[in-house]
Amino acid sequence: MQVIIDKKKIEAKKNETILAVAQRVGIDIPYLSFNPELRGKGGDRVALVEVKGESKLMSAETTKVREGMIIFTNSSKVQRFRRLNLELIFASHIEKCADCTLRFNCRLLELARLQQIKISEFSDRKALRKTYRFSTAVEIDGTQCIDCGNCIEACALQGINFLQFTGKGYQQELKPTNDKSRVCIHCGQCTNVCPVAAAQEQLEWPQVEKVLADKTKIVVAQFAPAARVSIGEEFGMKQGTDCTKKINTALKELGFAYSFDINFGADITTMIEAEELLQRLKNKKNLPLFTSCCPAWVTYAESYYPELLPHLTTARSPHIHSAGAIKTYFAKKKGLDRRQIKVVSIVPCTAKKQEAVRTELYYQKEPLVDYVLTVREFAFMLKKRQIDLARLKESETEPLFNDGSGAAAIYGASGGVMESALRTALFLNSTKEKKISNDFRLDFKELRLNKNIKEAEIMLGKRKLRLAVINGIANFHYILPHLNKYHYIEVMACPGGCLGGGGQPLPNTKEIKEARRKALYQIDKDKKIRRAHENKAMLTYYNWVKTNKLEAKLLHTKYFSRKRT
Amino acid sequence: MTNLALIKKIEESGLTGRGGGSFSVAKKWQLVKKNLKGNNPGYIIINGAEGEPEVKKDGYLLAQETESVIAGVYYAFLYLGKKNVKAIYFYLNPIYFKKYRARIEKVLKNSLYKELAKKVIFYKKSEESGYIGGEESVVINIISGKKAQPNQRPPFPVEIGLFEKPTLINNVETFYNIALIATGVYDNKRLYTLAGACRHKGVYNLPATMSIADVLQATDNYPDFPFFVIAGGGVCGEVLDENQLLAGVEGSGLIMIFDHRQTDYDKLLNYWLRFYKNQSCGLCTPCREGSYRLHELAKEKKIKEEKFIDLLDNLEQSTFCALGSSLTYTVKSYLENIYFKYKKYD
Repeated sequence: MQVIIDKKKIEAKKNETILAVAQRVGIDIPYLSFNPELRGKGGDRVALVEVKGESKLMSAETTKVREGMIIFTNSSKVQRFRRLNLELIFASHIEKCADCTLRFNCRLLELARLQQIKISEFSDRKALRKTYRFSTAVEIDGTQCIDCGNCIEACALQGINFLQFTGKGYQQELKPTNDKSRVCIHCGQCTNVCPVAAAQEQLEWPQVEKVLADKTKIVVAQFAPAARVSIGEEFGMKQGTDCTKKINTALKELGFAYSFDINFGADITTMIEAEELLQRLKNKKNLPLFTSCCPAWVTYAESYYPELLPHLTTARSPHIHSAGAIKTYFAKKKGLDRRQIKVVSIVPCTAKKQEAVRTELYYQKEPLVDYVLTVREFAFMLKKRQIDLARLKESETEPLFNDGSGAAAIYGASGGVMESALRTALFLNSTKEKKISNDFRLDFKELRLNKNIKEAEIMLGKRKLRLAVINGIANFHYILPHLNKYHYIEVMACPGGCLGGGGQPLPNTKEIKEARRKALYQIDKDKKIRRAHENKAMLTYYNWVKTNKLEAKLLHTKYFSRKRT
Repeated sequence: MTNLALIKKIEESGLTGRGGGSFSVAKKWQLVKKNLKGNNPGYIIINGAEGEPEVKKDGYLLAQETESVIAGVYYAFLYLGKKNVKAIYFYLNPIYFKKYRARIEKVLKNSLYKELAKKVIFYKKSEESGYIGGEESVVINIISGKKAQPNQRPPFPVEIGLFEKPTLINNVETFYNIALIATGVYDNKRLYTLAGACRHKGVYNLPATMSIADVLQATDNYPDFPFFVIAGGGVCGEVLDENQLLAGVEGSGLIMIFDHRQTDYDKLLNYWLRFYKNQSCGLCTPCREGSYRLHELAKEKKIKEEKFIDLLDNLEQSTFCALGSSLTYTVKSYLENIYFKYKKYD
């Protein structure tokens, strides 16, 4: 069908919204809370258009095109009321711009500037609203919320349904649900869709800045598999650029003493998990084995299905491993005092902030990971210091450890953890002759598919292994009644895995996630070493732990029921 | 009577919906029927929310004309095709639910309504859904268990309504009128609720073409003191002075009389603004934020400021649903016809 937008004739498809048509042909309709991954709600009344024949202005987000529709995107009427609605929204959002990680890409500020609105036209009305904090991971600041409801929808899409609106009109408030059996799993998907950073990670960059300035501390950083392929987006780089070596340089510029790669820790996780898989298959105990490197999944299991906890691998998650290696082995080799070392993890995840303070992961009564920054926080710190990642030279990771195998890189993608463990399990399970021939399957493409639930069967020796990958926690309940069918199950709470994590740069759309995914598998493909057990530096550390009988203190973890009724 | 004959009679009567929207009833019924085709059964909802302050006509009908209301529903049931109707919801506000449910059930015991009765479900409107809980897409959301907020239209309920199925939703009075039309006794009357400073409060059945002045005369309610009225609904209506009463009554058929001598003009304005502020569902900016700001400005006596008019215009022009816009209608007519004329400034 044909429509006319701003006097231009445009071909449109049935069921397309006015906004979708306009975006497709490059006509800019300003919008605020619209998110292409969510249902168009049209509540903020910013994306307004005038449609000939309609007495009221229409929302371009929700109004579908009709044959012959004549649309004006910037008439004086549109301008007048768009501006007024923006002024009203501003007055329901207390600006905390100075410390806001969204500052450098805030749509609200951008709109205020472009639409020339008066920020202080009305007095702030939400000064007394509460901030809800969920563990140490995520928060929702009621003084900043603009009532768009995106977070509620994101949480519902995860199947968690932890958030709700209470009250109505000006008294409407976003709150955790009254249903005490619901638990926030800290996945941070709400923070990915909040247009004004009211739902966001609990910020730790201010503490990191402080500790970096403390000359008595040795502050080191380590960054996650999925962080390297997303951070470039914050600096205008092509989607899916591998920034590993630039991150090393950036960390030095910020004043970190050493830069480490969590991929090293991922290889440790793989090693333990592969061994555990073989052990459990042999003993026929606690099968299926579940992965456990996704802390949101761990909280989910602890809160909703504690009966499954014995099935989770006891292997610690990658950044806890590498932090353990840094604070023990590395400190010893370098002659450093462990208590002076502060480890900062840079991750695409909000739930890791909660994982880091789990006391069962402490070493000699102190956390191994001292601070957790999301990729967004890290980018913010760089921008604040006017460090342009894109222009930085490349440099290497601290050489005592390394940047891991190819198998570690794909930890950032759904299916990647399982694929890594299988590569190593196939090797460990084989005969001497086979090991010498080194002819093993490396690619498990059926685990890489862009599906919510992936199933596969592979041969491990003479045994047929049945596998499942849960891509997005909302899909877990589909598989729950059939758990006995499987030997090994990977669960990632965020759709896409860590590359779609709650701490990733925004926007976090399907297209962008796909670019990050491709980049991770490219890193894997280009690596000389593509299996964890071939990582010699990792094996050296692994054996050191065993020699010193530190397995329980450094390699394994425990889980606890947190079920609420 | 055939379906064709019935719909023709409705069409000729020119009957429009009596819930406030005034949409052509014949057209609505035809649209629902069209959408039900091809084994796509839907729903009927009798809207007895009557959330408009002061309006009491639906309650009057449920009490006095229960048989006719049910007969109207039965005609709809037949017209849409018994097989095409999955369920029939009587959506009643808590007071009507308590008062009239038994009465309706009693009428449904008539053997004529055997099939109809099997499909009837009574639904009590929640207290907290408030004013907007009577808007048709909100009614549908409430029955579906969703938040009491309106839907984007189109699609209209005739196409995608309750549980995503085509749905006929009409006001109690509309169904009552259908029964009158079908039996040939409809003579273009409507129910007027008389309220406020009048001698004989109550509900009256009078010609729909009457002017406000006529209705006041006919019911012996024409005041002998200086007065003005709100016509339509108690918060969504047109505010008119004594010399503007030749217009008819729209909306929910209310005429409420105010005595000039006893009216605190600011207090009345604040009442309407506070009502909308408290009843806004919270979905859209111009209503949620705008009604709050309007009330604040009124409290600060800043209604002559440009901002006040801007916010009213914004409600009229950019709200998600019609509720917000109706505040503009009420307040603007009040300011123009009454407030600025009579308000004495200190």
